[in-house]
Amino acid sequence: MGELSEFSISVRLFLKTYKWRRIDPVPWTPLKKPLNECRMALVSSAGFVLPDQEPFDESIRGGDTSFREIPGDVNVMDLVDTHRSTSFDHTGIRQDANLAFPIDRIKELVKLNRIGSVNHRHFSFMGSITAPGRLIQFTAPEVARLLVEDSVDAVLLIPV
Amino acid sequence: MCNQTVSLVAAEIERQGISTVVIQLLREVAIQIRPPRALFVPFRHGYPLDIPGDPKRQHAVLDAALRLLEERIPGEPPLLRSFRQEK
Repeated sequence: MGELSEFSISVRLFLKTYKWRRIDPVPWTPLKKPLNECRMALVSSAGFVLPDQEPFDESIRGGDTSFREIPGDVNVMDLVDTHRSTSFDHTGIRQDANLAFPIDRIKELVKLNRIGSVNHRHFSFMGSITAPGRLIQFTAPEVARLLVEDSVDAVLLIPV
Repeated sequence: MCNQTVSLVAAEIERQGISTVVIQLLREVAIQIRPPRALFVPFRHGYPLDIPGDPKRQHAVLDAALRLLEERIPGEPPLLRSFRQEK
């Protein structure tokens, strides 16, 4: 398990006093068909962008709540880590972006008939958002709307 | 903060009628936030799917996450489970 003890004292103090947002009521959508008929999409908060996309903005107070679209045919070697946090080791995701954006793994699962198909686009956030008001109000609903538009059935979300 | 960010996005996606599952690295935080479905993994931050360049280990985590999507819950959500590593 990741543990708070991984972090510096100042980060630990911040996290201990931070008021986490509580999801209440908890929404629930059961899977509507077998997984091997489902279209799947990924959402990663590792701050990945493509070389021709704007990096996430480290200077925004409370965190950059924008998102980037990542095409389904992306080569993970092209993903650039622009996560601003110094609280975790970036070595792994820079070595293998599948660690936080497992597009190659999901494609392998399609070949194995474990899931039906992979959506033509996926979404990337930069997870260091301490003031998530705009995320809750604007960008998360926008991503959800785009996924509905794509007739996605299931979404896997991965933090770092 | 990443754990909270993906949980809040998951909740909105779920509200709009799509099933979600999130990986979570901090159990004590996820219990407070309550994403609809979460798999707690025993890895440090930066390594949510275990080992870079190791598809087998990554698939083990993904398979556990996918099984949460298929699980029917007897009571009220959230559905929170821990990943059990094979020795």
